[in-house]
Amino acid sequence: MTSSGSGHTLCKHALGCMSDLDSRYLLRSRPPAEKLVDNSFRNLAIAMASVVAIVLFSILVVVFQGGLDSMARYGWQFLVTSDWNPVDDQYGAGAAIYGTLITSLLALLIAVPLGVGTAIFITENIIPKGIRDVIGLMVELLAAIPSVVLGLWAIFVMEPFIRPGLELLYQLFNWFPLFSTPPMGPGTIPAVLILVVMILPIITAISRDCLNQVPPQLREAAYGVGTTRWGAIINVILPAAISGIIGGVMLALGRAMGETMAVTMIIGNSNNFSVSLLAPGNTIAAMLANQFGEADGSQVSSLMYAAFVLIVLTLCVNIFAQWIVKRLSLKY
Amino acid sequence: MTQTLTHNQAGSVPDLSYKPFQRRNISSGALSFLAALFAVIAVLPLILVLGYVLIQGGSKISLALLTQLPPPPGLEEGGIANAIVGTLVVSAIAALIAVPVGVGGGIFLAEYSRSGWFAQFIRFGTNVLAGVPSIIAGVFIYGTIVTSRILFGNAYSAVAGGAALAVLMIPTVIKTTDEGLKLVPDDLRRGALGVGASRFITIVRITLPAALTPIATGVVLGIARAAGETAPLIFTALFSPFWSDLLTPEGIFAPIATLSVMIYNFAIMPYEFHNELAWAASFVLVVMILALNLFSRWLARIAAK
Repeated sequence: MTSSGSGHTLCKHALGCMSDLDSRYLLRSRPPAEKLVDNSFRNLAIAMASVVAIVLFSILVVVFQGGLDSMARYGWQFLVTSDWNPVDDQYGAGAAIYGTLITSLLALLIAVPLGVGTAIFITENIIPKGIRDVIGLMVELLAAIPSVVLGLWAIFVMEPFIRPGLELLYQLFNWFPLFSTPPMGPGTIPAVLILVVMILPIITAISRDCLNQVPPQLREAAYGVGTTRWGAIINVILPAAISGIIGGVMLALGRAMGETMAVTMIIGNSNNFSVSLLAPGNTIAAMLANQFGEADGSQVSSLMYAAFVLIVLTLCVNIFAQWIVKRLSLKY
Repeated sequence: MTQTLTHNQAGSVPDLSYKPFQRRNISSGALSFLAALFAVIAVLPLILVLGYVLIQGGSKISLALLTQLPPPPGLEEGGIANAIVGTLVVSAIAALIAVPVGVGGGIFLAEYSRSGWFAQFIRFGTNVLAGVPSIIAGVFIYGTIVTSRILFGNAYSAVAGGAALAVLMIPTVIKTTDEGLKLVPDDLRRGALGVGASRFITIVRITLPAALTPIATGVVLGIARAAGETAPLIFTALFSPFWSDLLTPEGIFAPIATLSVMIYNFAIMPYEFHNELAWAASFVLVVMILALNLFSRWLARIAAK
């Protein structure tokens, strides 16, 4: 009795195994709940990715719409005139646009040699790797310092420190239009210098990465045919890395044009157009930071118009940077 | 024998010793010196700025400063406590918005569509969004959230400020998620799918945990960047000289003080005490941000192991 009972259970067990086998090894369709979770997760991911596109698009639309009134009223004149007078309701962003371009281009002019030179120095084996890594780390940490702190430093430390130099510049070269006004504290040159500090880390970091990616065989081959260290750098390594470096420089230009806080605090925020680099100036970003809080009516519209100009400028620079990296990258 | 002699006399075995005074060696050395000089100039601002912030700001840190409200203009007693809390709150709000969006977007790019046209478009959009000036993020949020009073009728608020910072954080988080997930070996994915896991389970249980450290690095870096931003907050979160009422929902729908806006406001005030508070606030902000940066580096080093 007991044996037959056990035989029965054994048989049952075996049968159970069979049906288990069936369900485990036959292709089963996924339960609807699993499908639902799978599909909704996929859709969620797509939705999250679309947020980027939506945000980017709405930025353009919101700023364009906000500026529509001023665009209709001033048209292209807005870009070249520089009256900015909320009392008479007369607006023109010429001085700010000029200031944006001149400060960022001058900053680039100084920062590119410094940044690329530093990048070369920390990718070459002139000094031990430990020291080079420390320099690289310090430059990267410089990028982490908030721009408002750099602005604070510029107001209280840098500007008083360089003022004697600027006064000397004025005394020696006041016949030259670029230095034709006496320095009054805040001005374009201090703003350019603080911009250099801000974009130096970008240029250095990107150039360093590009130089590191140049295959070592290129350098070895150059040394093999008898060139010096700088012969190899100038003729072989820099040309191989140039696309990335130019991309980095363009990104830095975009950053410099949009940089707000440090520039606002040190440029003087004057809407009077002046060729002199020693005079207070303005940039679009500085103007926005300064006036947006207490603006209303057509001033808001004019500020939105200026913001739209800034977006278009930075978009062009950034898209050009991406294009140039794709276009110029050398295939080894 | 005679042959080798003539060979030598012809001088075809050149003098291979290094001649330091040859023109090209001098110019090479000079250029190396120049590069070293540039590197020193590049490092100088960090040392100077950090030095001033640590000395000027650090010397003013006291318990009162860290626990009291800022004084009205002209008075000389108070602290920066509400701004420290405000920076933490606004950054947290930004992270709450940006992390789901960024990680979700990154998952889509890396797991669902690596090279489709939509993915390429989103990647391009991410790069473009990363290049949008921070002040524009502020203008955007001002135009959408602040002027429309969409948040229960509140104009300037901590949430609006957090949203503006989130716009700046999203590209960083998407990029690091995308890149972190791409580093996960495909074998892991195939293995998981092969034993019958669904796509969702594969991502949530296998690939995301494997890529956790690079993603965390990106999130920490994004928060560090957002915490220091000022421009998007000036006309979204505004400023407040009072404590934010964080125990009730009104607190996050009201203007809030942040360290960065406090530095900006107090730096351009003609009162010496407020300028000193600005230095102290810089000290706290810089310490916070450098700590976050070093923390993210440490995370990255763990990921590399």
